[in-house]
Amino acid sequence: MTSATTTPVRRGFSAAEYLTCLSGIVWREALRFLHQRERFISALVRPLVWLFIFAAGFRQVLGLSIIPPYETYILYEVYIAPGLMAMIQLFNGMQSSLSMVYDREMGNMRTLLVSPLPRWFLLSCKLLAGTAVSLLQVYAFLLIAWFWDIAPPPAGYLTVLPALVLSGLMLGALGMLISSGIKQLENFAGVMNFVIFPMFFASSALYPLWRILESSPMLYYVCLFNPFTHAVELIRFALYGQVNWIALTVVGGYTIAFLIGAILAYDPSRGLIRRGPAGGET
Amino acid sequence: MTAADAFSAGISSRPEAAEAPALSIDGVSHSYGPRQALIDVDFSVAPARFTALLGLNGAGKSTLFSLITRLFGIQRGHIGIFGHDIAQAPGEALRLLGVVFQPRTLDLDLSVTQNLLYHAALHGIGRRDARTRSGEVLARIGLADRAGSKVRDLSGGQMRRLEIARALLHRPRLLLLDEATVGLDVKARADILNHVRQLVSEQGISVLWATHLFDEIGASDDLVVLHQGRVLARGKVTQVIADAGGSDINTAFMRLTGSTAQNGSPTP
Repeated sequence: MTSATTTPVRRGFSAAEYLTCLSGIVWREALRFLHQRERFISALVRPLVWLFIFAAGFRQVLGLSIIPPYETYILYEVYIAPGLMAMIQLFNGMQSSLSMVYDREMGNMRTLLVSPLPRWFLLSCKLLAGTAVSLLQVYAFLLIAWFWDIAPPPAGYLTVLPALVLSGLMLGALGMLISSGIKQLENFAGVMNFVIFPMFFASSALYPLWRILESSPMLYYVCLFNPFTHAVELIRFALYGQVNWIALTVVGGYTIAFLIGAILAYDPSRGLIRRGPAGGET
Repeated sequence: MTAADAFSAGISSRPEAAEAPALSIDGVSHSYGPRQALIDVDFSVAPARFTALLGLNGAGKSTLFSLITRLFGIQRGHIGIFGHDIAQAPGEALRLLGVVFQPRTLDLDLSVTQNLLYHAALHGIGRRDARTRSGEVLARIGLADRAGSKVRDLSGGQMRRLEIARALLHRPRLLLLDEATVGLDVKARADILNHVRQLVSEQGISVLWATHLFDEIGASDDLVVLHQGRVLARGKVTQVIADAGGSDINTAFMRLTGSTAQNGSPTP
């Protein structure tokens, strides 16, 4: 047995140890996702319902002018596809944070948090793992959409990847920030209603912003401040090999702000103290 | 001075030692709002010793564990693991620490091996090394034939043994176990306790064993009695019994706490 001295030596962590930890967390998240087939199916069914039912009915109602990045008239289904991709990531980001609340209540989160690596790194890894899962879902959605002739240029499947990573990180960090303020799992349903639906509808996912400006200038400004709007536009332009610099700046800024906020606000003691007379965990 | 003597002497009077205590708790207090859960707690765990932390439910054991493992921020006092301050150098401290929490923390949907590999990754242990170590610890706890089984298919005792194996995977020098035998049958309890004692005697691992059960404490163990957030006694078991004027650990505890069998009664 080795012996420590009164002046213990600090040896820190190597890059390989950080990388091993990251790959382990991503691997575990992917395994959990693959074990939950219902989660994968429901993640796909939701946007497909919007695409095949809502969009089919709505296309005759809403006229779309030619707006960047589109160079010609497009079907409504083509217009809302980027919004639905972002919606997948929005739901996934919230679901990841839901799983963090669940893990915290079930005790699994302790396994993660007693790792010797820095807590900011562990939470960032968790975020990256959630983003990786959302990419699987988005590409599965794109594959199905392709069969219905809703397809960007072939290069778009590649150029959209960085945009998806960034938007996935932003929405995941938002979910993490929200989950850090939740004490118990049952509080989460309300948050879903107060976050997901307002963010989705008050954005350019379903209709162009100029349309919103025509009907309500106030709502237009709400949409402009909505980070989800910029995630949608970032994805929309990237699908056509273009960069929307404003969207990129806004999404990047929100990602950093949400992540810093989530790491600072994360308090593992929430949910660890059991309730009720039988709890007694003190 | 032996390790046990160093323990008995306590932190404040401990002389300069060549080897830092496995765990030092120095003036730690913690409160949940107005309620004080721990009040000026002081004790240490000597290297390669089995130390029992005895207290009723609600004594503050789990709060203390959450502070040692950095789940809670330290409000007052200091905690050191082999000389590494948990607040100043959490990475170095946690690297030397293995933990078995009171609630189950295994991922039920993953297999036995997958749980171990995940834990290894969290400690930066590469996949090949992790597989070797997993095979070793599973063989040691008699679960090698269940390596591919889903954790939810294991019995309560097997899950606990797996949690102990997982806590040892990164080869810690200090092992914390919080009510590790709760909910298990008599045989499973005895198996786990024997296994942990072997870790101390054969591998020189230091153990802090939190319990409310008197029969889990041996005559040669070190003992800390925690009651309502305060340390009432600490030292070798025989010494604590003698100092309290009791005939055994049961009566000594009752004398120290002034309690009778009640909520969370310390009975087997």
